[in-house]
Amino acid sequence: MRRMVHAAALAAAMAVTVASTATFAPALAQEQAPAASPAAKPAAAPEQTFRIGVVRQVPPQPPWIAPLSAPPEDLGVAGAELGIRDSLASGRFLKLDYTLATEIVPTEGDPLAAAQKLVDGGVTFLLLDVPADQLLRIADALKDRDVLLINAGAPDDSLRQQDCRANVFHVAPNRAMLTDALAQFLMTKRWRNWFLMIGRTEGDRLYAEAVRNSAKKFGAKIVAEKTWDYGPDARATAQSEVPRATQVGEYDILITADELGEFGDILPYNTWLARPTAGTHGLMPLSWHPTMENWGASQLQSRFFKQHQRLMQPLDFQMWAGVFAIGSAGMKTRSSETAKVRAQLLAPDYDLPVFKGVAASFRPWDHQLRQPILLTHATNTVTLSPQQGYLHQRTPLDTLGFDQPESRCKLN
Amino acid sequence: MTRRTTLSAGLALAGLLVALEAAPALADGRAFVSNERDHTVSVVDLTSMTLIETIKTGRRPRGITASPDGKLIYLCASDDNRVEVYDAQTFKLVKTLRSGPDPELFVLAPSGNPLYIANEDDNMVTAVNVENNELVAEIPVGVEPEGMGVSPDGRYLVNTSETTNMAHVIDTKTNEVVENVLVDSRPRYAQFNHDGKQLWVSSEVGGTVAVIDPANWKIIKKISFAIPGVNKDAIQPVGIRITKDGSKAFIALGPANRVAVVDTRTLEVEKYLLVGQRVWQLAFSPDEKLLISTNGNSNDISVIDVASEKVTKSIAVGRLPWGVVVVP
Repeated sequence: MRRMVHAAALAAAMAVTVASTATFAPALAQEQAPAASPAAKPAAAPEQTFRIGVVRQVPPQPPWIAPLSAPPEDLGVAGAELGIRDSLASGRFLKLDYTLATEIVPTEGDPLAAAQKLVDGGVTFLLLDVPADQLLRIADALKDRDVLLINAGAPDDSLRQQDCRANVFHVAPNRAMLTDALAQFLMTKRWRNWFLMIGRTEGDRLYAEAVRNSAKKFGAKIVAEKTWDYGPDARATAQSEVPRATQVGEYDILITADELGEFGDILPYNTWLARPTAGTHGLMPLSWHPTMENWGASQLQSRFFKQHQRLMQPLDFQMWAGVFAIGSAGMKTRSSETAKVRAQLLAPDYDLPVFKGVAASFRPWDHQLRQPILLTHATNTVTLSPQQGYLHQRTPLDTLGFDQPESRCKLN
Repeated sequence: MTRRTTLSAGLALAGLLVALEAAPALADGRAFVSNERDHTVSVVDLTSMTLIETIKTGRRPRGITASPDGKLIYLCASDDNRVEVYDAQTFKLVKTLRSGPDPELFVLAPSGNPLYIANEDDNMVTAVNVENNELVAEIPVGVEPEGMGVSPDGRYLVNTSETTNMAHVIDTKTNEVVENVLVDSRPRYAQFNHDGKQLWVSSEVGGTVAVIDPANWKIIKKISFAIPGVNKDAIQPVGIRITKDGSKAFIALGPANRVAVVDTRTLEVEKYLLVGQRVWQLAFSPDEKLLISTNGNSNDISVIDVASEKVTKSIAVGRLPWGVVVVP
């Protein structure tokens, strides 16, 4: 933290921010015409502009919010802004320009209309943080438009399986990747008997399903399962209710499936037995966390802090990764044509440095970004998965989530 | 107290290794090793192969180099935003130099002045006059500048930016970027060979080393690596050293725990030498008989006998050894 605060650099960073996040002028119409082929003379490539958009739908609010985890207003968007800044700082050497336009949609609003508005305005790369059903609506509605969609938020396994779409790439890890990452670590620790506590939302049900699949995949045993039915806000009575709710006999670790955050935070230290917790709370599998420092991560954290005056959260990281995936692919294509960028994202030698020790890349069979997953508690990154010893013929990263043989995705 | 105990245990272990192995080539010189997490520099005597001093430094010491006469040691204290200058004989702090924010790596002009510093957090290369601590130039480069190399004649300075994935060529007469060479992901280090005819740039995440022709700044070849039993993801080239006669290049491969030996004429990898964990930077002894590698995760250095291309020793140093320089 001490490194992050530097007044002079801060001022400089802020100045760049203003410049880099300038929104579109409406005069984008001429951009709509198919770009002239820049292939003729690569050395004298014309200036290329990558028009990137973000649609974020504000998720439903939990019944209560722990003061430390109140979501910032610019959650996610801040990461996209840093992605633009990093892309610009690199792209200027090649005369590449990157712009960002953002639409924040209220919980009850229509993200499709927002997406259409951005695409009509000239956006050809669109990052989405919307629920899975909305993402499918948008993907299908824009199927014949010249726009590449990047899912930066929805963790649904179905979007990588039966509901995958050819025009969508995923930088957000899906639930199976997250729970596989956790399972590998718990098996490494020999904590193989799990007690699964499930919340009442659909997301919780899907998270629990992913936990069960990971247990099966890596040889853990779910010795008990319960649904949390003590009401939405049991903070005041946790000390008496949680011990009763957790009397299920012997187990090694309590795994929580509570994506909304109704009860996960009140379980630790209130359980009947002295056991650790993991899952959506406790030891959490995440794409990113402010305590991540190694492999150059502290540089990304510090750039983010300078630009936004707060810590970088998983959605910020995912948005950064989505924008920078386009930015870095664009450095190689030197063309903002979506077809070329798309081909580059899927090229065998494409790699995206994500500050997690090894490069990330997209799985050709479902367009999921394969990447290491952090296991962190509130104040420390404990480890990253894949764990040592989980081998794979292609890359250990493919031990997390859906490998090619398990894929039910048909992209064409 | 704890650290002292660990240190002596490590020494005992190193001693044991000495006893077990055949006598290696002897070389004079002292290796100065920056320990990123300990905020220290370990001084290892290469004649006796023992740790003779641990110097307390500024916070997060990383890049380390020496004046051409070997009398001064320059050190980037990254978290203290300064360059520290130590007397190589007395180990005393002589002075500190301005560095710009978050200095990570630097290179000294062949003449010994100025010092070119990569400011990792600031997308900038800072040139500082080491005599009077005056700012000579600030040169904007790509995101996360790190690797720094200078041509033997001092004319060209090369900086690699880790996120922009470029080697930026800077004309030291004008202090302006004159060329940008796109290389593979996360370029870490830049090294000219001694006649200035080749520039080598390592890409940590891309897993390759680009050999560039400084006559036209075009890539001659990208060297890639394959080690049986080691996953491709773990092969992450970082530090590079090339022998004075220009025949061999040694490349540290990070978490692959190997140093690659490359024939500079054919640009083929000849051999992989097993060293400690997460090998980071390399330095020759002044007579080039020995090559030292810093091994970040095993908290030691490996000593490589250059003639026989064998690893002869490991010596415990501080926590997360990062850079190394050897002076007579």
